[in-house]
Amino acid sequence: MLTYLGRRLIASIFVILMVAIFVFSLLYLTPGDPAAIIAGDQATPEMVARIRQSLKLDEPYLVRFSDWLLQIVQGDLGNSIYTGQPILQQIGLRFGPTLSLMVVSMTLSTLVAIPLGIVAAWKQNSRVDRGLMVFSTLGFSIPVFVVGYLLAYFFGLKLKWLPVQGYAPLSSGLWNWMRHLILPSIALGSAFIGLLARMTRAAMLQVLSQDYVRTAKAKGLGQGEILFRHALKNAAVPITTVVGLGIAGLISGAVVTESVFALPGLGRMTADAILRRDYPVIQSLILLFSLNYLIVNLLVDITYTFFDPRVRY
Amino acid sequence: MVGANDHLSVLPVTETGGRRARRTFLRHSGAVVGGSILFIFLTISLLAPLLWTSDPLSVEPMDRLQGMSEKHWFGTDMHGRDLYSRVVYGGRVSLLVGFSVAFLASMIGGLIGLFAGFIRPLDGPLMRVMDGFMSIPPIMLAIALVALTRGSIQNVIIAISIAEIPRVSRLVRGVVLTLREQPYIEAAISMGAGPLRVVFRHILPNAIGPIVVQATFICASAMLAEAALSFIGAGTPPITPSWGNILAEGRMLWQIHPAMVFLPAAALSVTVLAVNMLGDGLSDIFDPRGLGKS
Repeated sequence: MLTYLGRRLIASIFVILMVAIFVFSLLYLTPGDPAAIIAGDQATPEMVARIRQSLKLDEPYLVRFSDWLLQIVQGDLGNSIYTGQPILQQIGLRFGPTLSLMVVSMTLSTLVAIPLGIVAAWKQNSRVDRGLMVFSTLGFSIPVFVVGYLLAYFFGLKLKWLPVQGYAPLSSGLWNWMRHLILPSIALGSAFIGLLARMTRAAMLQVLSQDYVRTAKAKGLGQGEILFRHALKNAAVPITTVVGLGIAGLISGAVVTESVFALPGLGRMTADAILRRDYPVIQSLILLFSLNYLIVNLLVDITYTFFDPRVRY
Repeated sequence: MVGANDHLSVLPVTETGGRRARRTFLRHSGAVVGGSILFIFLTISLLAPLLWTSDPLSVEPMDRLQGMSEKHWFGTDMHGRDLYSRVVYGGRVSLLVGFSVAFLASMIGGLIGLFAGFIRPLDGPLMRVMDGFMSIPPIMLAIALVALTRGSIQNVIIAISIAEIPRVSRLVRGVVLTLREQPYIEAAISMGAGPLRVVFRHILPNAIGPIVVQATFICASAMLAEAALSFIGAGTPPITPSWGNILAEGRMLWQIHPAMVFLPAAALSVTVLAVNMLGDGLSDIFDPRGLGKS
């Protein structure tokens, strides 16, 4: 187990290093002068020169890269071109809303999708099953921001049940925090619920056709016992894998969802950074999101041993 | 006692592959409906100038933010541009991005997967590189590329394709790894077929089904990605009438003028839904054993 963890950790460090090389090299690989593009069309030559200097584009690639990497390892992500402030500090300020959104959305999606998938597999080809398949195709066909606007329009603007936009920190009260997160979480989770429910259904169907499930039925076990003790536990591994992979989709979705609901999180920070062409900020956020993805998937691999004692590393 | 003729009547000898495919296709009404809707949208966007549209870029400040009328079927936006024309022309961008990305990503990703699966020494390095790309959320990857280049349809297509390539190559590699163990590959090699011939003549034709299915889903997700990128300002240049751009412009006004958000949103959702339905149907036809289900 420990040697496996060590190997996975080294592999993850290798992957994150590759991501770093990639986002860094983009500055050099893209056609044209990145400083001029970042500065925009109305920039004066002085502004372009200032940006070129702050990105240290005149220095040789390898020197610049090793300096940059050394800085990051020491926890310094550099400064924003637009505000001049340290990027790490800004990320710290924006972290709360995104983490809240992800946690609430993930919890909500899992609580809805897994039972749905189980029922669909249990009653295969029933109305519930067909309904789920239609619903899940709809879920990943309608863009996150469209679901967001529909929810905000009906539940926020027309019915006035929940706030249309905005964010309240957890310190302002649990319900107040939750109230602002319900609509964004549903919007963000809409595609993921469909995917997860489908995967749960497929994994459960696979397990339910196994011999030991027939044996369990034959010896007279109840439906609940078979579904939850025998089937779900064995279907857990593929289900958790999808949950882990879903994180990448949720991050992409968060960028858009936070714009729709005006949540001041990392996604909003990304959108702002694009409009200002603030490449150091974009670069840092990509590294952060990739790191997050790798850590979650490492955790997912570790949970395999918990669900399935046969998995040994 | 079972006679020889009983066996014959059971075997589907009279049915050719094409007929079986057509029967399966018709049985999957979802695929037929999806395919038809996609065909209609494709025709509409190709024939856009003939469909009673006006210039989607012409600005009429006097007519701005109008409701539906005889002159402007879907109303107008905040610059007085005709929304009907913009939505019809917007389909061109979405479909162009969807089809181009599907084509590019499955060509390049497919080649990488073929070589990774067939030439063992290449497998490790290629797949580690793909792991790296997969750990970057697709939209972030596109954002990074678009932030450093001037926004254009071409750059959006390249950016989304790069994000989709790892998924295709993983899938194709998996299929190749199962196929290469088949006896007929061994037979081909023993008869002196070189690696290139084995890959392109024997493995590729059998991997084409899952690739086509995957390409359909990539087309759908590329259209969504283009809209999302345009929506946050990292997509096609704002002047282009794309569904994502119309949505992005409507963002500020949606509480008073919801048509600007909901019309392109409906067009986009229906198109993506159609492509996904087609993909679901194709996956049952090409891939009954579920090789390509990721």
